Amino acid sequence: MSIHKVENQLLLPTYRQDPPGTHPAHLYEDYRSTVGRAPRIAPVDLPQRLTEVTGPIFGSDRVGELDHDLTRQHHSEPIGQRIIVHGRVLEGANKPVPNTLIEIWQANAGGRYLHHADSWPAPLDPNFTGLGRTMTDKNGNYRFLTIKPGAYPWGNHENAWRPAHIHFSLFGRAFTQRLVTQMYFPDDPLFAFDPIFNSVRDPKARDRLVSRFDLANTEPSWALAFEFDIHLRGTDSTPFEDDKDDH
Amino acid sequence: MSGSTPSQTVGPYLHIGLEWEDGAYAAEPETPGAFWLHGRLFDAAAEPVPDGMIETWQADPVGRFDHPDDPRGMRETPGFRGFGRCSTDTKGEWAIHTLKPGSLPAGDTETEAPHLDVSVFARGLLNRLVTRIYFADEEAANAADPVLKSVDADRRHTLIAKASERGFVFDIHLQGEDETVFFDV
Repeated sequence: MSIHKVENQLLLPTYRQDPPGTHPAHLYEDYRSTVGRAPRIAPVDLPQRLTEVTGPIFGSDRVGELDHDLTRQHHSEPIGQRIIVHGRVLEGANKPVPNTLIEIWQANAGGRYLHHADSWPAPLDPNFTGLGRTMTDKNGNYRFLTIKPGAYPWGNHENAWRPAHIHFSLFGRAFTQRLVTQMYFPDDPLFAFDPIFNSVRDPKARDRLVSRFDLANTEPSWALAFEFDIHLRGTDSTPFEDDKDDH
Repeated sequence: MSGSTPSQTVGPYLHIGLEWEDGAYAAEPETPGAFWLHGRLFDAAAEPVPDGMIETWQADPVGRFDHPDDPRGMRETPGFRGFGRCSTDTKGEWAIHTLKPGSLPAGDTETEAPHLDVSVFARGLLNRLVTRIYFADEEAANAADPVLKSVDADRRHTLIAKASERGFVFDIHLQGEDETVFFDV
């Protein structure tokens, strides 16, 4: 691990900054809610010291037995297209992040969230909550079984629709690595019209929000599969491996 | 090499995925010395933000972490998780039950005053915002803190929690006259 000297006794990892364009700017006017909520004063640089290079590390006690299977959390199965969503959590180039908590949430197949603030007239599904949790294994792999969420309208602009997506929350191992994002599905016709998706200005970075259809991991006669690798910020020392599995 | 996965907003339905029954308890109930660190989250118009979430991360009372990358060694404090999360309610209010962190070494000669690192999430925030909470009763330590010293003197007060009946109070202003200092980490 590459380290920098903070003082004689304190050798800490340093997490690399992401290149400009990787993450959205706080203010992106096409997404109207940013206007009244994005700070207007430039952020102050915070050196990475002890609080920043550490972070909460959760155990499997945070995850219930069926939390990874959103199709088995009620008496019957939810309505919708069964899908497997799987991939790896990596840091930097492609170093696996083992034993880290992943939280997901999503709309049901009709595009409706089980939430008091969601009142558009698509049906709720009594067999679908839309909450998932799991831990990555020792190689950074994770796997959920769920149903494909539907697109839904929202009030951002006239006839605005969100492309189908699943929210992902990750901790990694350090405060610097905390990430909340959204996973999308390949070739969604709504991409071009969605300001949240397009708030990521670098097209290559934007592509990293889109899962890959994965025929090889489809369960025949059961569920389609989508692969979504999540890359957290790496340390300066994260090796640049030429990994054949890296898509 | 692949770059990092971009951030996206938590959106208005964050509660489905991110709320924990014990989320607010960075220190378990009944922990001796624990208090409520609480406040409100405001937008540009000074209106409360009812669909946000605050997360906190901090050292234990003697300034140690239960984490392998703390070169002084991991140290577990019974009843103390160091991490808290609390969504804001309709009045923009949040609260974390915690212990005051200790000071931290920050170089050959410097010491960081007791502080928490904070992530702010909300509908309308495409990326989390990072801030810090310091304590008003640590005047001498705050005056010597390298991060506070790097902030314009007339904005430092936005990073300092004040004593309240329940513990300490810290309001966060996303924008406006008293915009909180946010950090790039």
